[in-house]
Amino acid sequence: MITIRKYVRAESLEQAYELNQKRTNRILGGMLWMKMSSNTVQNVIDLTDVVSAAIIEEEDSFVIGAMTCLRALETHEGLNRYTDGAVKESLRHIVGVQFRNVATVGGSVYGRFGFSDVLTMLLALDTYVELYRGGVVPLETYAEMPYDTDIIVNIIIKKTAMKTAYVSSRNTKTDFPVLACAVSFRNDEKRVVIGARPQKAMVIQAEDDVMKLSEEEAESLSELLAAQVYNQVKTSSNMRGSGEYRRHLAKVLTKRACMQILKEGGKN
Amino acid sequence: MLIKLWLNGEVVRDHIDPDTLLLDFVRKHGCASVKRGCETANCGLCTVLLEGKPVLSCSTLAARAEGMHVVTLEGLQDEAREFGEFLADQGADQCGFCNPGFIMNILAMMEELDDPDDEEVKEYLAGNLCRCSGFVGQMRSIQAYMKYKKGGA
Repeated sequence: MITIRKYVRAESLEQAYELNQKRTNRILGGMLWMKMSSNTVQNVIDLTDVVSAAIIEEEDSFVIGAMTCLRALETHEGLNRYTDGAVKESLRHIVGVQFRNVATVGGSVYGRFGFSDVLTMLLALDTYVELYRGGVVPLETYAEMPYDTDIIVNIIIKKTAMKTAYVSSRNTKTDFPVLACAVSFRNDEKRVVIGARPQKAMVIQAEDDVMKLSEEEAESLSELLAAQVYNQVKTSSNMRGSGEYRRHLAKVLTKRACMQILKEGGKN
Repeated sequence: MLIKLWLNGEVVRDHIDPDTLLLDFVRKHGCASVKRGCETANCGLCTVLLEGKPVLSCSTLAARAEGMHVVTLEGLQDEAREFGEFLADQGADQCGFCNPGFIMNILAMMEELDDPDDEEVKEYLAGNLCRCSGFVGQMRSIQAYMKYKKGGA
């Protein structure tokens, strides 16, 4: 059980940032994962008053405050219209509504958890992380950065034209995924993100032989991309499944997601 | 630290430790319906409404509820009794330990969703675990309750 010595409701981002420079202090997201640790934290820093919990739809992007709960993403009409329902599909399996009303998108992205449906989904989109000091960085870059003491202020999803699909496999409903797969097709790029490998989600971009195929050749394109994923994905074993099983799942789920995009227009 | 919040419509002020969970806070203030179950944020037994939304009180700091409205089953007695009769009619009650959290989430669902179908009901309630019943009787009771609320029975 976590022990907290002092609770600080930050009055400014600068105050939060300064406090967060001490190793014994922690930013408070939804607290769902932090609660499971057995640390002693000197100061927990609550960002409620200084970081937005709203989703603002602009002409060219969605600006999502880091304190936005996952349920708000799941039920956001604009976001689900843009992603053909993929965002909802990626979130609706996470424990329960009460959990998703507490978990924050900032906490999920900062954690870069291996099991994260959120990271897997967002990596398939044109997503950026706005940091208090570090500026705006692509999520793909942020996902590889070491854990630091900056503060995530917003998650920005640009409305780049694309079709998306999200599929996952779970041993039981509401459990972590055994494997998660998000696929996005843009004009110039086809991208597959495999999460819960069980390591952090990895991005695989379609090679030239896949890109050369017309989207009319749905079956061939899906199979070729799925085979590429099978060859490139790195998986390993844990209590939910073996590495080889996950590798096979990656192939199956990639093909399903591709067919969903190509045959059903991406409706998740 | 001193916090002030509204618990079932009444102002409550209390000195708490910074790591006091909302679950422990509401139980200390007489809301024994809120149960400690899994403590891993999975079972939904500790569900309360925070500003009208169902949340896990086992994973929410009481300090975070400062200035907010918290509602437990004790604050929704009439609604709980009404739905409880449907549970009883269908024999969906067994040990009853999960009922308070379950009923809180059903009442939240009725507020949030407009005429949900069975799949939507199951999805909304996926975070409420019952280890006695297998959910079949509970599902029947929800269907009957929704029909009743629509004036159908």
